[in-house]
Amino acid sequence: MISSSLIPCGQYKTSYAADTTIFLTPASRNWCILGIILAACAPLVLSNYLLALLIQIGYYGIAALGLNILVGSTGQISLGHAAFFGFGAFASAWLNNTFGVPVLLSIPLAGVMTTLLGLLFGIPAGRLKGLYLAIATFASQFILEDFFSRANWFTGGSSGAMANPVSLFGYELNGDKSFFYVVLAWLVVMFIIGTNLLRTRDGRAFVAVRDHYLSAEVMGINLTKYRILSFGISSFYAGIGGALYGHYLGFVSAEGFTILLSIQFLGMIIIGGMGSVMGTLMGTVFMVLLPEATEGAVSAIKHVTGDIPALTSALAYIKEATIGLAIVLFLIFEPDGLVHRWRLIKSYWKLYPFSY
Amino acid sequence: MSNLLFQLIINGLIVGTLYGVVAMCFVLIYKSTQVVNFAQGEFLLIGAWTCWWLVTSMQLPFWLAFPMTFAFMMVFGIVLQMVVLRPLIGEPVISVIMVTIGLSIFFQAVMKSIFGVWPQPFPEIFPMKSVDVFGLAVQPAYLMSLVVSLVIMVAFAWFFKYSRMGLAMRATAFNQQVAQSLGISVKNVFAMAWAISAMVSALAGVVVGMVNGVSSALSFFGIKVFPAVIVGGLDSIIGAIIGGLIIGVLENVAEYVDGQWLHLGNLYTVAPFYVLVIILMIKPYGLFGTKTIERV
Repeated sequence: MISSSLIPCGQYKTSYAADTTIFLTPASRNWCILGIILAACAPLVLSNYLLALLIQIGYYGIAALGLNILVGSTGQISLGHAAFFGFGAFASAWLNNTFGVPVLLSIPLAGVMTTLLGLLFGIPAGRLKGLYLAIATFASQFILEDFFSRANWFTGGSSGAMANPVSLFGYELNGDKSFFYVVLAWLVVMFIIGTNLLRTRDGRAFVAVRDHYLSAEVMGINLTKYRILSFGISSFYAGIGGALYGHYLGFVSAEGFTILLSIQFLGMIIIGGMGSVMGTLMGTVFMVLLPEATEGAVSAIKHVTGDIPALTSALAYIKEATIGLAIVLFLIFEPDGLVHRWRLIKSYWKLYPFSY
Repeated sequence: MSNLLFQLIINGLIVGTLYGVVAMCFVLIYKSTQVVNFAQGEFLLIGAWTCWWLVTSMQLPFWLAFPMTFAFMMVFGIVLQMVVLRPLIGEPVISVIMVTIGLSIFFQAVMKSIFGVWPQPFPEIFPMKSVDVFGLAVQPAYLMSLVVSLVIMVAFAWFFKYSRMGLAMRATAFNQQVAQSLGISVKNVFAMAWAISAMVSALAGVVVGMVNGVSSALSFFGIKVFPAVIVGGLDSIIGAIIGGLIIGVLENVAEYVDGQWLHLGNLYTVAPFYVLVIILMIKPYGLFGTKTIERV
């Protein structure tokens, strides 16, 4: 799916191994490393507001990558991703509060717990597909939401749960600046794992299941196994993202994990580009910045026309509406997502001004 | 005690017929255009708010406002199909699902930003004094909703059995290519399916709005539709009605059981989803659906 048609002139491969490297060209690898270094310098220059946005992009991006492996690469639809995200947040807080597991350890453990839950909820996925799976996961979203508001021992019920900040060697990392590095480290690790996963035998099996399940089965791929496995992996990502979210905010409550968040996750991968690791990040950036941009636009309008009380009170709904509208417009006009547009731009400039 | 249960079951049947009507609209769209419409609840919402606005802000009499709502919803359904859904014909199922979900969020947010989140009562059109039916107190608005639902169902049956357009829609649902080669305009049929669905849903929305007041909670009907259609079978109109009745009764019985013995709270809203998952696991084509669904 990720087209390799845009490999620059002069790049050629002499072995199969060279054909499956993480980065297609040395240049893209260098850009990526440069990007990580720049991101690592970000806390030195950026304000706390921008840093908070970057952290948000980080934990949502991890969860969205999980969803992209499930939806984009395996072709399984999940409308319940926010519930798994929330489960990860609660699980990490629970492990830390109840058993005193240090936060740095409770985050991956929460990921493992969410994986187990995902495998459980993945069992229907082994038997259903297409819109039936969408409806089943839709139901699981409501069932889990109900569980969150009810399971007092686990989530603190309707009052929510406190989540301690990350501490390292007795030193608490509770500011935005230090937490940023925690999120960045997880983001890089999870994205490397995600990219690598899609190059392995299992990753290729996922794509085969997506492209044509019958052919995949004929080739000896165990459909049920890979469908459930894909659910498990995506839940792991959701759990890690959720745990980071919980420890960042310091407080986890069931109201944060509604169907709207699930839809936002799906929006991220649709806007970014299905089945593309890079696209996931682009889509997440888009989805996180969209409400901020809306807010900016609304305040600009107010600046011109004077204060309109109706506009101020409706701001929250206008933000929601732009999310819905963005998803619809992207599906109609750019169904391959931002990553496709990015490739077109690159190829346009490659031959500029002699592109035909 | 058993009287309470009886009353709850009657309530369940009345709400269930409304679920059935909305589920029928959902099935109508699915059957003729193969689109799973996650924005069905928003049709109720938009219809109810339009009618409410016409009656309260524009001070129109109800008998005039109601047909105007109908006309508006017809245009709305057709435009929606032409602008949003038509470009997506032939796209993978996730795109189609996501576009209806996107529409659902969009309309819900727009309605909230225009009309606010608080329920607004309809001006009294029917007397609010409850009447006595077989020793049970039933609100006239509920009775009326029951009558309206039954009328809609009969009208649907007539439409699909005898009218030219209805036959064309059935033919299209059966096989699009053959229908097209026989001179049926599939485009018109698609637009028609959305228009009818939007209109009838709006009707249900107005009826519910009269009883409970108009608020964004109306869109929850669109979510409750899923258990109903899965129980009944995704492509069966009869199944949708029966599924709606089953879910309506189930909700109320769940509330009764919860209130009497379990004391879990909120079982009312979640029970249908448990049923949905169970049905999907053991009988994914539902009670009356076509048994072509692959189990993989």
